[in-house]
Amino acid sequence: MTDNNIDNKTATTGLVAELQEFRDEVITRYPKKVAKKRAKAIVLSDPETPPEILANVRTIPGIITQRGCTYAGCKGVVLGPTRDIVNITHGPIGCGFYSWLTRRNQTKPVDENDSNFITYCFSTDMQDSNIVFGGEEKLKQAIREAYELFHPKAIAVFSTCPVGLIGDDVHRVSRQMKEEIGNGINIFGFSCEGYRGVSQSAGHHIANNGLFKNLIGRDDEVRGSLKYRVNLLGEYNIGGDAFELERVFEKCGIHLIATFSGNSNIQKFENAHTADLNMVMCHRSINYVAEMMETAFGIPWIKVQPIGARSTAKMLRKIAQYFGAKELADKVEEVIAEEMIPVEKAREEALKRTKGKLAMLFVGGSRAHHYQDLFEELGMATVAAGYEFGHRDDYEGRRVIPTIQIDADSRNIEEITVAQDATRYKPRKTEDELKALEAEGMEFNEYHGLMAQMEKGMLVIDDLSHYEMEKLIEKYHPDVFCAGIKEKFCVQKMGIPLKQLHNYDAGGPYAGFKGAINFYKDIEMMVGASIWKELKAPWESEDYIEATFVY
Amino acid sequence: MKMDKKTLNINPVNAFSSEAGTTNACKQCAPLGACAAFKGIEGTVPMLHGSQGCATYIRRYLISHFREPIDIASSNFSEETTIFGGNRNFNTGIDNIISQYHPKVIAIASTCLSETIGEDVQRLINEYREIHAGNKQLPEMIFASTPSYSGTHYEGFHEAVFATVKALAKGSEKTGEHINLFGNFISPEDIRHLKEIVADFGIDATLFPDYSDTLDGASWETYQRISEGGTSLEALQRCGSALLSIELGHILNSGNNRTIKRNTSTQSAGEYLQNKFNVVCKRMGLPLGIRETDKLFALLSEITHRPAPEKYRRQRGRLVDLYIDGHKYVSGKKAVIYGEEDLVVALATFASETGLKPVLCATGGESGRLRNTLKETLGEMYNDEIIVGQGMSFDQMESCIFQANLQPDLLLGNSKGYYIARKLDIPLVRTGFPIHDRIGAQHNRTLCYEGATILFETIVNTLLDYKQNKSPVGYKYM
Repeated sequence: MTDNNIDNKTATTGLVAELQEFRDEVITRYPKKVAKKRAKAIVLSDPETPPEILANVRTIPGIITQRGCTYAGCKGVVLGPTRDIVNITHGPIGCGFYSWLTRRNQTKPVDENDSNFITYCFSTDMQDSNIVFGGEEKLKQAIREAYELFHPKAIAVFSTCPVGLIGDDVHRVSRQMKEEIGNGINIFGFSCEGYRGVSQSAGHHIANNGLFKNLIGRDDEVRGSLKYRVNLLGEYNIGGDAFELERVFEKCGIHLIATFSGNSNIQKFENAHTADLNMVMCHRSINYVAEMMETAFGIPWIKVQPIGARSTAKMLRKIAQYFGAKELADKVEEVIAEEMIPVEKAREEALKRTKGKLAMLFVGGSRAHHYQDLFEELGMATVAAGYEFGHRDDYEGRRVIPTIQIDADSRNIEEITVAQDATRYKPRKTEDELKALEAEGMEFNEYHGLMAQMEKGMLVIDDLSHYEMEKLIEKYHPDVFCAGIKEKFCVQKMGIPLKQLHNYDAGGPYAGFKGAINFYKDIEMMVGASIWKELKAPWESEDYIEATFVY
Repeated sequence: MKMDKKTLNINPVNAFSSEAGTTNACKQCAPLGACAAFKGIEGTVPMLHGSQGCATYIRRYLISHFREPIDIASSNFSEETTIFGGNRNFNTGIDNIISQYHPKVIAIASTCLSETIGEDVQRLINEYREIHAGNKQLPEMIFASTPSYSGTHYEGFHEAVFATVKALAKGSEKTGEHINLFGNFISPEDIRHLKEIVADFGIDATLFPDYSDTLDGASWETYQRISEGGTSLEALQRCGSALLSIELGHILNSGNNRTIKRNTSTQSAGEYLQNKFNVVCKRMGLPLGIRETDKLFALLSEITHRPAPEKYRRQRGRLVDLYIDGHKYVSGKKAVIYGEEDLVVALATFASETGLKPVLCATGGESGRLRNTLKETLGEMYNDEIIVGQGMSFDQMESCIFQANLQPDLLLGNSKGYYIARKLDIPLVRTGFPIHDRIGAQHNRTLCYEGATILFETIVNTLLDYKQNKSPVGYKYM
């Protein structure tokens, strides 16, 4: 549900009936058993009463999926971007190598003494003898050497598939090494073997538990003089997104204690519980931390989506509303007014080419939702969208959480019980204050999901298969298709530009105000690029007329 | 790490030893190499038997180099599968690939996961065939054993080449006129060039693996489930009756002989055909630079009893001419060369003949044969001062460069050397795999006379550009 006046309806009129037809057609093409499953994963959106969707269930073997593994979610996504933890991948070389800065996370050490290990790829590089005789000794040696070389404040160990099978205990090794090395070093392990979950999502959960158990709340010092203290959760600083948001917060006089985990360091995590508000950006990958911090420390959380200029403004206003300070509200309005001038100029320029065009988004666990804001600003309609590794709540809203079935795959993930912190639990707002804020329209612990934003009748598909993607493109020829590099070249072979929303095709940032301008320009360029017209050689075109010589 | 220290006493303190871990590895895992090779068979869908993450990571990594669609299926192991075995997932996976893709071949590679639980993939294939014995349309199934904890992507590549030939090649009483050309892990452009050369000699050759179209295609009119191109099944079947095989590369998958898992000795495709069907196998290095290319052309002339076509004589002539023009800018310049073992040998040979001095030849591979192969290939150009690093990581290369005070002028290898080049403030000329910070890796031509021409020009111009940019006065004439 959009709060702006951009009209995309014209683009989608008449599509609704067609999309229904499309859905039925695609499903009937599958073998019976597969069709039954896919029918539940392909639904037509209804923002008022979102239909139930099948999500976060195992991909069928042999179907080419966009999804990655548990290790990728834990090491690659959540803990990868932190610069001063030495992340050691315990396993054969592949996993560590393929997650070696491939998500374009950026980080900015504050000075020369600040560590930055994210350009390194540490792996125990297990060999067959380690598989046969166990790899714990090798891991210990790797930890010792990593310590000797870098003297990091923390070392994290990530398990890959064979580790779980041969029974190496990364947690025990971590404890032993922590004791052996001493000097206040923090060493912790993650049981994030690739086979453990349905997708990356299991790894996010495992990483969240680890963050809470091993890092959050270890440093109580309240730093800085600014009154408005917040954390941003689920922002990974791809292409510099976090830098732009940091800039905006600073300009408004808001103290960003910690970002989980773009441009982050250990101290920020350890100190995060001194904030007064948690803002959840990527709900899928980090909502667990928000909940745990609320239970333990009394910090409320709200959902934000600072992708899109208007959405960024909305986030800032929410923060001002939460703190209830006129001074902050005035500053926020001043910043928004100033920032929106170049934004509107760029938007109007882009609109000439983008208005009325169609977009499809199949990416991530929140990006397929957030980027719809940017497309709305560009006057483009999102006619089909879905996540790679979202759960039902990411589609239908958190209200469905109690009804989500727990299956064997979710049981694989450790559930940690969090209690109120005996000394540090301090509700940031009284019950009455929270009620008053809710009466004003603020929502706590709430996320309405992707379907609440999509127009009625649009297609929502979970874990889009290659086949479905091909059919979507064949039928609708969207003006831009958003996904990742694995899909990029299939889509482009069919003459449709693909925008990578995992790594931004080396572009970005796309968050905040300046990010929005970048995105407008990039999409304008993509939908207007003339190269697509050259796909067919003139002699292949049907209306090619051979010249004749006239006397 | 096994680093030869003939003349220098290097103690790489800033590096992990092999007892511990590896920092910034100069290798990828074996299933990746296998998938690349499998893309060189016509009508093939590769499948990884293991966790879905392997297929996803490997797809995204290969795609970021080749910039082409690459579908790799997975048997999507769950925790349950790891306990009870993967046969159900295997069968479902194969069923779904067949129904979606109708492939001619399903090429399966194992992963650390399936190898650790001791999955017998060949048995799974046999069982699947038995169940579907009545089905005449059943695709061929090929299996390469590629546990990620054994060897590198390079061994994986050649295991897959060997496994394919083993599964498909048939003998014949009559030796044919055709030859087999095993082309190694080279760029699609180099594959095309090799095919052009043998065709110009009038040779009926089967180049395998041929991913020159599957991994470097044009736009599509309609969507293709399986990209067009690849070595055909018929061509692979007749490998067993070929006149001879030419195998480019000396080391290939021989590094696998050093691992404890394999109690039988590893063979290359050429060796297998020689042992099984008496197809003579001619081994030579990658034809990079004049000396090694001359050897290939001499062999092709010998086979066909005809001189090299005029086109190539002229190409060779132009290359010599270019070396003469450019050698003064590279002579004595020091190069660090790294990558897969046979590529390192080839690049070092090429560099040496142009006057560039290889000071460090490093590889993540551990065949134990790099120094000797270098010695043999370089001949009188070899000198003991070249530091040869086997099982080396980028981190070890870096500390070696500093500690031995190598002061290189140039890095020659894949994109992953970027951090070293940045730290040393020297240029990096990208070649090999992976190249994911530049476009056009699929069109990198380095082989034979034309390839050397392009590579030499790139190197000289890179050095000139560097010098020009660093010049305090600036000049526009040289």
